[in-house]
Amino acid sequence: MATSTPAISLKGLSKSFGKIAAVKDLNLDIGAGEFFSMLGPSGSGKTTVLRMIAGFELPTAGTVELNGEDVTQLAPFDRDVNTVFQDYALFGHMSVFENVEYGLRVRKISKAERKRKVMEALDTVRLADLADRRPSQLSGGQRQRIALARAIVVEPKVLLLDEPLGALDLKLREQMQIELKQLQRQLAITFVFVTHDQEEALTLSDRIAVFNNGKIEQLGTPQDLYERPKSEFVAGFVGTSNIFTEKESTALFGKKGRFALRPEKVTVSEKKKTGSISGIIAEVIYLGSFTRLIIDVSGIHIKATVPTDVFHRDQTVQINMSAADLVAL
Amino acid sequence: MAITSSILTVIYLPLAIVLLNSFNSSLNMDWPPPGFTLEWWQRAGASTGLLDALITSLVIAACSAAIALVLGTMLAMALSRYKFFGKNAVSLMIILPIALPGIVTGIALNNAFRTLLGMQLSILTVVIAHATFCIVTVYNNALARLNRMGKSMEEASADLGAGVFTTFRLVTLPQMLSALVAGGLLAFGLSFDEIIVTTFTAGGGTQTLPIWILNNMFRPGKAPIVDVVAVFMVIVSIIPIYFAQRLTAKEAKAS
Repeated sequence: MATSTPAISLKGLSKSFGKIAAVKDLNLDIGAGEFFSMLGPSGSGKTTVLRMIAGFELPTAGTVELNGEDVTQLAPFDRDVNTVFQDYALFGHMSVFENVEYGLRVRKISKAERKRKVMEALDTVRLADLADRRPSQLSGGQRQRIALARAIVVEPKVLLLDEPLGALDLKLREQMQIELKQLQRQLAITFVFVTHDQEEALTLSDRIAVFNNGKIEQLGTPQDLYERPKSEFVAGFVGTSNIFTEKESTALFGKKGRFALRPEKVTVSEKKKTGSISGIIAEVIYLGSFTRLIIDVSGIHIKATVPTDVFHRDQTVQINMSAADLVAL
Repeated sequence: MAITSSILTVIYLPLAIVLLNSFNSSLNMDWPPPGFTLEWWQRAGASTGLLDALITSLVIAACSAAIALVLGTMLAMALSRYKFFGKNAVSLMIILPIALPGIVTGIALNNAFRTLLGMQLSILTVVIAHATFCIVTVYNNALARLNRMGKSMEEASADLGAGVFTTFRLVTLPQMLSALVAGGLLAFGLSFDEIIVTTFTAGGGTQTLPIWILNNMFRPGKAPIVDVVAVFMVIVSIIPIYFAQRLTAKEAKAS
């Protein structure tokens, strides 16, 4: 990746709305064919970055390069990227077929060719039999797929997805996640995926940028972010973490500094073991396949993940934590 | 309920009387009508002055509605899709003519046409005058639609490679169409029965239907024909408003 030109290169990118700085001096390279996620809470600037790549927002400072070409000043219709919008933005006065056909139509592609490509794209999203319907007659999941088909039919090098699964219910979302991943492999194009759902980002992405306050807090593979969060924000936003203050760390491990520890690294047992410390279960949270305990160790609350139906509230337990599992923040 | 029905009675009973009187066989509109006749309708149909006035009114209404459609749509696009200095002031200035007393608009335009612009009062001046308040109905309808639509469809269109004008033609205009038709029909209706501004901006040679009525109302023997024209005007004014409302209601239900 170091030698090839990145599909997207953002250099010193900033965007302010009035006095509010939405994106602050962002530098980021996204490789060709990468499934890249921008993860962060709402208002963290991730959507604004996406809109600057698409060309809907003009950066206050900095440049956007696509395949090494500076496109900062180009209009959306002159950029070789396509977007799947959060609200799908399907054209209500057109049929499903006409919606998907739109990009080809404005490119003045012949009618026969158009028909072939539209049906191909509709086949890809498995909705060929709904070609004559109106968007208003479709379900949320179907609209989502039409929006995808409409964007991929013009064969962009980069597909931008702005919280595309946000409006779908859980079951459908999980199914669409798999389909998106398969689609990205099949098309072998760059996906830039904006989401606030950390699980979704971990499942789908090759790399993730965690956004906070208009900046990237951490950039890395899902494993990097989960195993080695660099800041308290990342440790808290990606998965669940115990965050120990300096005082707590000293009391528990005799180590100075702030540390994060994943709940699954905390072992809980009823019997005393070497190095174990005792605590009282303050809360039992049932989460289906596992249970989360909040254990009170002399005033410090420690989250632990255990199998379901083993422990109960107010029970005194022994916990083991290894200093080697601590991640310095 | 009782209040509503009494108010509706006050509005619609006189209209019903006008309708009946247009068939009243008595020349002096004796009440109750001694008999019924189609004579007034036939005479109205044969009156060239009346037919000329009707055509003048239709032409003026069509022209001012057309001007209002073009300008109102452009203004709504500009104000909903772009940010610029003085936007709120412009918005207020567009809406104001509908709130201004007609007599003020009339005097102001009359002065402007004759002294400032050195124009002869004619059908053209009436059309321009009517367009000033017709724009408001189109603008309001178009703006409401554009705001409800949001920008995302237009962004999607640009994203898929369509330029500004292609986007307008293929996406924005079709999405706005029913709102524009409704606004245009309302504008037509407003212009068709307008009399105050018309009085000040029409030259001696220009007679619209409302002005014809005013001129003939108190002439001996003309009262029954005026009733015929009144009934006709009610019909012409109500039809566009009826369709405009049905369109709006259908849209509201669909969304």
